[in-house]
Amino acid sequence: MVTRVTCGESNAGFIRGVVGSPFAVPLMPPRKMSVSSSPRASSPPTRSPSGGSRARGHYGPFHALLYRETFCAWIFIAPALFGFTVFYLLPALRAIYISLTNWSLLRAPKFIGTANYPHLWNDANFWNSMKITVLYVLYNIPIQTVIGLLLAVLLNQLGRSVILRSIILAPYLIANVIAAILWFWMLDPILGFGNAMLQHLGLGRIPFFSDERLALPTIAAVNIWRHMGLVALLFYTGIQTIPRDIYEAARIEGAGPWKSFWGITLPLLRPTMVFVLVTSIIGSFQVFDSIAVTTLGGPANSTRTIVWYIYEAAFVNFRMGYASAMSCALFLCLAVVTIVQMRILRSDKSELG
Amino acid sequence: MKSVVTSFPSRPNLGRWFGYSILALFALISLGPIWIAVKTALSDSRTLFSTASSFLPQDFTLFNIQRVLGWVNPADPRLAQMSFGKIDFFRALVNSGIFTALAVVPQIACSAMAAYAFARLRFQGRRLIFFLFLSATMIPGVVLFIPNFILIKDLGWLNTFQGMAAPYALMTPFAVFFLRQMFLSTPRELEESALIDGASYFAIFFRIVLPVHRSALATLTILTALSAWNEFFWPFLVGRSESVRVMAVAINAFRQQQAGGTPDWSGLMACTVLGIVPIAVLLVLFGRKVVESFQYAGPR
Repeated sequence: MVTRVTCGESNAGFIRGVVGSPFAVPLMPPRKMSVSSSPRASSPPTRSPSGGSRARGHYGPFHALLYRETFCAWIFIAPALFGFTVFYLLPALRAIYISLTNWSLLRAPKFIGTANYPHLWNDANFWNSMKITVLYVLYNIPIQTVIGLLLAVLLNQLGRSVILRSIILAPYLIANVIAAILWFWMLDPILGFGNAMLQHLGLGRIPFFSDERLALPTIAAVNIWRHMGLVALLFYTGIQTIPRDIYEAARIEGAGPWKSFWGITLPLLRPTMVFVLVTSIIGSFQVFDSIAVTTLGGPANSTRTIVWYIYEAAFVNFRMGYASAMSCALFLCLAVVTIVQMRILRSDKSELG
Repeated sequence: MKSVVTSFPSRPNLGRWFGYSILALFALISLGPIWIAVKTALSDSRTLFSTASSFLPQDFTLFNIQRVLGWVNPADPRLAQMSFGKIDFFRALVNSGIFTALAVVPQIACSAMAAYAFARLRFQGRRLIFFLFLSATMIPGVVLFIPNFILIKDLGWLNTFQGMAAPYALMTPFAVFFLRQMFLSTPRELEESALIDGASYFAIFFRIVLPVHRSALATLTILTALSAWNEFFWPFLVGRSESVRVMAVAINAFRQQQAGGTPDWSGLMACTVLGIVPIAVLLVLFGRKVVESFQYAGPR
């Protein structure tokens, strides 16, 4: 739980006890000191919103700067702003520039205008990758969301224990790569435990990862396995914020559990639903790790999703310009998908008001 | 705990048992594959075929764990029995630890400073900069990976820890939002009275804001450390050499080594288990905190 702090005696005492700060300004000096020794307490600064000057003659001009709101704000924000500029803002702009070039990394980039984009439009492989990615998202999201809702309702009604929640969350805590290799082993046609079980059940051995039709659904299933606990946990948290007297009132009105779920739980979960759907759709559009460690886009390109295709273009074939153009197109697609979802689900309004 | 909505009112006990069995089934689905990996890692690799459908390790041995960690004498006769893959997984685990520390500690420090400025201080351009940070979460990772790869390459930082950690080290938009949200959710009276008593903004940040929000900082540390430990795509692009590659990259390389023939399954599962152990320890020691951290990462 996050400590919600109210300002009281106990906190003041606790802060007074903190020592070792590099800044030699005593916080909240005891009242009796305020007249005698402390130079600061003798002239308490008046707080000025715009960060006006606070003359602190005892310490010189630099020290006075430390009391200027604007100056301090820029110091506080400087490292993060630098990191943001170097690793987010400029690269985002550079990605657009690279998408307008023909660049193999060996020679200098050659500016070719928007030529990559019509090329992309006519690239059957690009559209095929998009199709595979959309299919992957469609396999994933409905099942993952329904399982998550089911588990959340059950957790809320039957088992609120932390142990149970930890167990269900556990697959999400392990790396994508590990989850994929785990299932790659489980479903190995010859030695895998899962296939041995299928054999026992008389279903025969199924080459899940090496069959063209099965590889993509199998990778989606691994993703569902990894994410269902997180989705359940988020819905569970959402359900807990629904006031209980609403259920009580519905029960008195004669609504059964099924009706309460459709009439109360689901509508009031909408903010959570928006968050889960938007983040999980954006996330599964970008599937990469589990493909890199299992099928490498195969068999017969049946798992060559868009990010895998971009990766191949950029880091296997060194077509940086074309890869960047595809990544910008992916960005546009995701932006459109997100905006459409926000509109449909009206994320800004909650029934609770 | 008395539930408000009684499920299945006509036959409550049956309904409850049905619900419990579904929960138990999903608990089994969650942990089952992880157990099978543990079983395989602890079994003699010569018996993999004959024991494929057993639940318990057969011919229990720590040999697989020891050999992927490089803790077996190269002259050990057991190494000659099968064609095992080559891996120094101990190195990979150490690298993962270094990468996680380098990516997480400065990230949280710098993000906390920025979050404090966004939450409490007024300055020109605050809204614009915050809006830019917010928009960055919309950009797919792969869009930034290409220019960032070129930048790291031009700096000569390929296959170095600084190159792997740099994009995470100074900020991530998530860390800034998370902490800003937390800072905004606490009353500012304490900070204001400290200001009136003559504390500088730095003193307030270090002596009030950080201590008061230590729980939120712990939550963020758990979330970012887990994702750094599990990170694959970016380290895979810039840190493939054996001296720096992290756990997930090493597992992938180990698997691709034997892409043609039968993979060294017992070795792979030993690596897998070793990669999970730190997470399992975290979950056993701080289960409640971890679970609640993920609940907090959701929508607010």
